[in-house]
Amino acid sequence: MSSIITIAGVTKTYATGFKALKEINLDIQRGEIFALLGPNGAGKTTLISIVCGIVNRSSGTVTVDGHDIGRDYRAARGLIGLVPQELTIDAFETVWATVNYSRGLFGKPANKAFVEKVLRDLSLWEKKDAKAITLSGGMKRRLMIAKALSHEPRVLFLDEPTAGVDVELRQDMWEMVRRLREDGVTIILTTHYIEEAEAMADRVGVINKGEIILVEGKAELMRKLGRKQMTLELRAPLGAVPEALSRYALELSADGGQLTYTYDNQSDRPGVASLLRDLGAAGIEFRDLDTQNSSLEEIFVNLLRQDQ
Amino acid sequence: MNPRAVWAIYRVEMARAFRTVLQSIISPVISTSLYFVVFGSAIGSRITEIDGISYGAFIVPGLMMLSLLTQSISNASFAIYFPKFVGSIYELLSAPVSYLEIVIAYVGGAATKSILLGLIILATASLFVPLRIEHPFWMVAFLVLTAVTFSLFGFIIGIWAKTFEQLQLVPLLIITPLTFLGGSFYSIHMLPGVWKTITLFNPVVYLISGFRWSFFGKADVSVGVSLGMTLAFLAVCIAIVAWIFKTGYRLRN
Repeated sequence: MSSIITIAGVTKTYATGFKALKEINLDIQRGEIFALLGPNGAGKTTLISIVCGIVNRSSGTVTVDGHDIGRDYRAARGLIGLVPQELTIDAFETVWATVNYSRGLFGKPANKAFVEKVLRDLSLWEKKDAKAITLSGGMKRRLMIAKALSHEPRVLFLDEPTAGVDVELRQDMWEMVRRLREDGVTIILTTHYIEEAEAMADRVGVINKGEIILVEGKAELMRKLGRKQMTLELRAPLGAVPEALSRYALELSADGGQLTYTYDNQSDRPGVASLLRDLGAAGIEFRDLDTQNSSLEEIFVNLLRQDQ
Repeated sequence: MNPRAVWAIYRVEMARAFRTVLQSIISPVISTSLYFVVFGSAIGSRITEIDGISYGAFIVPGLMMLSLLTQSISNASFAIYFPKFVGSIYELLSAPVSYLEIVIAYVGGAATKSILLGLIILATASLFVPLRIEHPFWMVAFLVLTAVTFSLFGFIIGIWAKTFEQLQLVPLLIITPLTFLGGSFYSIHMLPGVWKTITLFNPVVYLISGFRWSFFGKADVSVGVSLGMTLAFLAVCIAIVAWIFKTGYRLRN
């Protein structure tokens, strides 16, 4: 896969002296779903705003499908659709007018059939003659997406797309993202709902304090940094963990009925097999056993802790 | 070039005017009529003629200028301030649109509206007083030039303003007094000595004087100077807009 967006050495220092981005190098692959994770104020929105042309960068270069966002801004911006975090629409325009306006703004010839399809896909067709001000929050969010898709972008930025959105809409939205990806659209989303990144993304980037601290395929990330836990339901409660098993650092539940073993794929802690052998040797029997992978959220929290 | 974008913006701006048709069209007709009742009839009946022109006719160019200046500024400043205020400007900034196209669309929209307004006032005025226009070409030229210049000026204010108060401040504190003191309702020759000199520092004097010349062939200052001053102010506004866009001032920072 080739990259569709290349960000090289991009920095941003605001007039106040605040360094929002330190030095960002990032490649987005064509056709992927990339999740940019980071706490509030990490620089996610600033980075997106620079790529989309809303904020000037202090230094560095960005290309979109080979087009420099400065020298060749028309070609670069024409490929991008942006759904910003805030619901910002001209409240007095109708849905139909505002989506067609967006299409015109991006230099595309009027295409009623296409705009109708976008509105239908987002369940907005019934509301096409309604003024934006009369729409519910969820509808406004759909309208923002319709505007971003109106000019048939090849790259779609979704900045916190599901913040304050109900469950149904959230699922519709992910359905739409999947469809877009099937059409070959590259999607970059920021979120702090990590389960979303976990469910949707091909790759994950973590940004903190204006620096990209990690970019990894989601699966590799989970494998490399994910911790595993094994929980054993004991036949008979234990008073304490036997001395012979101390090297496993087992946790015993308060009632003595459960043993939990935490291990990760990279540590040199002994494996599950030897633990089970040693348990047998110590005469501890168990009824059931359960293993769990840690979620992206736990990985994320751990990463940020290490970065402090 | 992205002419579709220019057209899209222009159309939205014009649609806004037609949406608020009462405010955009009816209100200037009413206020012009009031000016004629008060200045034309009540006061004007005591002033016979200025420069051989009946007072009622004399104030028409000034009235048109008064509306042209204030409406150009308020149309253009609001048009760019409002998306900044609600945040929808993100779309404009992320679109493949050049600065020149943004200016053409917004300033064009604002200027079109104020020119239409000027013509409505002219039509209303012609119901009250017999009018003649001696230099129709120059009348239109001054009308367009002034509308464009002050729409540009309004555009600058709209970008500069951070609050609604600032948005109102310049028109209210500077433009309105300058217009009223710029000879809308009198000839500057009627002013006492020193004020005649002071008033020559008021740029609006030149606009009104030139515009009135195009109607009646009579002016307070020579028409060449009027034209020169108008063009100079246009050049200043263009320079400021160019600087704003070059630096991203209050737009991309």
